[in-house]
Amino acid sequence: MQHFDTIIIGGGHNGLVCANYLGKAGQKVLLIEASKKLGGLAATREFYPGFRASVAHAINQFPEKIVLDLNLTKFGYKQSSRSMKNIGLDLEGNHVFVTQDGLSGVSDKEVRQYDLYIASLKRFAKALQPFWMKKMPAISGNTIAEILTFIQIGLKLKLLGKKDMRELLRVVSLPARDLMDENFDSDLLKATLSWDALVGSTQAPRSPNNSILTLLYRMAGNHHGHYMLPEGGVQSLIDALTDAAKSVGVEIRCDSPVKKISIKADKNGVKAEGVILDGGEEIRGDRVISALDPKQTFINLVGAEHLEIEFLNRINRLRTDGYVAKLHLALSDIPSFTGIETLDDRFIIAPTMDTIEFAWDDAKYGQCPENPVIEIVIPSLNNPALSPEGGHVLSANIMYIPYRKKGGWSEESKAHLVKKLLNTLNQYSPGLSEKVIHAELLTPVDLEKDWRVTGGHWHHTELALDQMLMMRPTYEAAQYQTPVDDLYICGAGCHPGGGLMGAAGFNAAKVILT
Amino acid sequence: MTTDIKFADERLKLSPFHDRQAALNLRDSWSVWNGYKFAEYYYDSEYEYFCVRNTCGTYDICPMQKYLIEGDAAEAMLNRMVTRDITKLKENRVTYVCWCTNEGRMIDDGTIFKLGPKKFMLTCGSPSLAWLRKANFGFDAVEIKDVTDTLAALSFQGPTTFSVLKEMGLEGIEDLKPFQIGYYDFAGTELMISRTGFTGDLGYELWIENDNALELWDTLYEIGENYGIQPYGEAATNMARLEAGFIMPYMEFNEALKTVHYQHDQTPFELNLGWLVDFNKPLFNGRKALLLDKKNGPKYTLTKLDIEGNKPAEGSYIYGDKKCSLEIGYVTSAMWSPAVKANIAMAMIKTEHLHGEIWAEIYYEKELRQYDKVARCSIKEKPFWAPTRARMTPPEHY
Repeated sequence: MQHFDTIIIGGGHNGLVCANYLGKAGQKVLLIEASKKLGGLAATREFYPGFRASVAHAINQFPEKIVLDLNLTKFGYKQSSRSMKNIGLDLEGNHVFVTQDGLSGVSDKEVRQYDLYIASLKRFAKALQPFWMKKMPAISGNTIAEILTFIQIGLKLKLLGKKDMRELLRVVSLPARDLMDENFDSDLLKATLSWDALVGSTQAPRSPNNSILTLLYRMAGNHHGHYMLPEGGVQSLIDALTDAAKSVGVEIRCDSPVKKISIKADKNGVKAEGVILDGGEEIRGDRVISALDPKQTFINLVGAEHLEIEFLNRINRLRTDGYVAKLHLALSDIPSFTGIETLDDRFIIAPTMDTIEFAWDDAKYGQCPENPVIEIVIPSLNNPALSPEGGHVLSANIMYIPYRKKGGWSEESKAHLVKKLLNTLNQYSPGLSEKVIHAELLTPVDLEKDWRVTGGHWHHTELALDQMLMMRPTYEAAQYQTPVDDLYICGAGCHPGGGLMGAAGFNAAKVILT
Repeated sequence: MTTDIKFADERLKLSPFHDRQAALNLRDSWSVWNGYKFAEYYYDSEYEYFCVRNTCGTYDICPMQKYLIEGDAAEAMLNRMVTRDITKLKENRVTYVCWCTNEGRMIDDGTIFKLGPKKFMLTCGSPSLAWLRKANFGFDAVEIKDVTDTLAALSFQGPTTFSVLKEMGLEGIEDLKPFQIGYYDFAGTELMISRTGFTGDLGYELWIENDNALELWDTLYEIGENYGIQPYGEAATNMARLEAGFIMPYMEFNEALKTVHYQHDQTPFELNLGWLVDFNKPLFNGRKALLLDKKNGPKYTLTKLDIEGNKPAEGSYIYGDKKCSLEIGYVTSAMWSPAVKANIAMAMIKTEHLHGEIWAEIYYEKELRQYDKVARCSIKEKPFWAPTRARMTPPEHY
C-alpha cells in the first residue's frame, strides 16, 4: 500500500495551492481528483465540439503572494495588467462604465461621488486585507498567536481612524441597497455596483447581513475587485499551479473519486489515516486534507459515527444552496452589443436594483426569475483557443437560479430557461440568437452533480456573516483542523472563502507546516 | 378524544392503568410526569415504601419515555450517543446508560434494551425525541419510534414479586437474571419482562401493549393480594431509589439541554458515574470534553453520606469543619432510611475536600420551633441498600 505524508482530496485551485506549499516544504504529497481534469470549477472543458469554457470565467483576487511564492510566472501564468471594465448594459445604449480609474456614462456628480465612495471602500478593503491570508483565531483560543490576531484585528480597525472605523462598522452589514441609495442616483449604476456584493449569495440588494463585507472581500486583489483574464485564460492559472505542484514532486491522480476517508478508531480516539477510492483501493497518509465542501467532507467521507452530534448537525445546517446558474454559448460569430466597441470586458444585465431584488424574490420561493439578471464575459476574445476559428464563447453567470426549484429541474425546464435567457440577451445583443450554435445551461443541481459540490454552491458554503471568519465553516473546524485527528480541510468552505483566491489552501498549508 | 370537553388539550393524559390506580388512590394525591396524571402517593408514602421493601408494589412507569430504535445502524447511532460501549450488550439484556452534550454535560440517563440484533429500546425520564433525531442525523435507515403512549409499563418491585410472577404461571421466570429480558405468554399475548427497577431490590418491569394493561393489573392484584401488593407513588420511589444510590433528575442533576447557566449541569464524573464512561470507545458524544474532565478531576463529586443522628439533612450545606467556616458542598437528597436504619444523604462535595472532615449543617423543626445542628458525615462508597436477594437467580420464594 502506498504511503504519503499528505493526501489531498480535491484538485481545485485550493487543493492545488495547498499541495504546492506542502510539496515545496518537502512533503510527499498525493493530490486526488475525482474528475478527469484538475481545476474544479475553474477547469476549462469542452462543452460543445470545439468550444470550451470554465465555470469560473475570470479572476479578481488571486493573491500576488501565492504567484510569487510558487513562482507561477515561471510555469506560464501571465497576469494581465488590463483589468476588465464592469459595464452596466442599458437597452438604449446609455451604458454605465466602471473602470479602475472611475466612472463614465453617468453624470459628473455621480463621477465625483464614486471617487469618494470607492476611495473609502478601498481603505476598508485594505484594512481587512491581512485577514484573508491568515488563520482566524478560535473564539475559545487563548494561545499567544490567537490573542495577537485578535489584537491585530482590533488595531487594524483602530488605525483606520475614528471616522473610517465607524463607517466600516456601519457598512459591513448594510444592505447593498442602502449604501447605493446613499451614494448614487442612477438606477443602472447602483445595480451595476452592487453586483459583486451579491453574486453567488442568497442576498439581494435589500437583504441585511454582509453583502458589503463580501464586496470588500472581492476587492482584496490587485485590481481592487476588477476582474482580469490571464493570458491563456483561467486554465492557465490551473496549468501553472499543476506544473508547479509537479515540479515539487506532488503526485497527481485524476479520475479517482474518493469513497471514504479511512479512519483509525481506537482507544486513542479517531484519526484519519488515508483514503479509500471508489474502486476500493486504499491509500495511506500521515494526514488527509479535504478541499471538498464541508458537507461532502464530514457527512459523506468521514461519516456520523466518527463525529460528535452537535458538530455534524452544525455542518448539516450550513447554508449551501447555490443560486447561480452558468450559461455557455457556442457562437458562430462575435456578438455585438448596442453601443459597445470593445467586448473583452464584463457586462452586467441588471437595469435596476429592483430587477435584482425581484429576481431574488422569485428564486427564494423556488421559481426561476421572471427577469433574470446576468453577468457576461466573452473569454474567447482573450483566449482564441477556446473556440474554433471565427467562433466565440459567451460565458454568463445567471442570478438567481434556485438549487431547489419548485418541481425540480428537468431538460424541459432547463430549455425553457435557456429560451428566456436568450430572449433577454437578444435585447441587448440583437441577432445573438442566430449566432448560437449550442447553449449549455448548468443549474446549481448540475454543478452539484458534475462538480461534486454540495448545493452547486460556488463558495461551498454561503459567504454570510454567521458562516465567515472564525465561524467558517463552523467552530471546531475553523482553523483548518477538524475534530478528527490528522484530518484537515482547505476548501472554499474554510476561511476566507470562495472565489479564485487560494487563500484557504494557503492558510491550511501554513497550519500544517507550523 | 372528544373535543366537547373543556380544555381537552390541556388535561392530563391518563395511563392505561389509571382506572385501577384511581380506585386505590385513597388520598387523591396526584402529580404529573410528562403530561400523565401520576400518583404522588396512594395512601401513605411510608407505608408504600415499606411494602416495596417487605412485600411488593407496583409503580406506574407508563409516563417514562420509551423509544424503539431499529435499523442497520441503530447500534452505531446509539453507541455514538451514549458514553458506554453498547456493542458489548447482548441480546435480551438491559444496560444503564447516560448521554452527554459535546461539552460532556449530562443530558439524561436511562436504560437501553437490546431487543434484537438491530433493535433497541431506550427509556428515559424526559422526552428526548429531538435529541435522538439530532443524534440520528447522518445514519441511514434507522427508525426511531416513540412508543410511550402505546406500550404500557409497570414497575413491580419488592421481595415477593418473584413469587407473584411465578404463581401467575410465567414459565421460566425463575431463570430471569438481573438486567435480562424475557418474554412470557400472558392472556393470549406476549408479556415482556425485564429484571430491572429503580429500588435496588428484587424487582421487575413489565411491558405490555396498552390494550392488555388492565388484565395484567387485575391478574397481578388478584395473585398479589396474598403477597402484600400495593401501588406506590413518586414519594416512595424517591425513598427507595435514594437508599439504592440512584440519581434523580432535578435533585442530583440538571438535564444539560435545559440549563441556562453555564455548568449548572453536571458531567458523569461529577455524578460519580465515571464507570459509565468508556474511553476505550474511539468516539462518543462528549468524549474529548470528558477526557479533560477526567484528567483535571471534576470540581464536585456526588457523594453518599452517612450522617450522625436522625435528622434528615435535606437542603443542607456541607462544610469542611465543625465551625462551618469552610463551605464545601450541598446536599441533593436526604432521608432517614428505615431499611438501613441510618441517616443518609447524597451530596455534591468539592472533590478536593473529599478526604477531609465533612459536616452537614441541618435545620429542622419541632412543633413550630426551628433548630439547627451540625452533624458529622462519613462517606459511603457502596449503595446504602443492596440486599443479596436482589441479585439471586432464581430469587427466593415467599
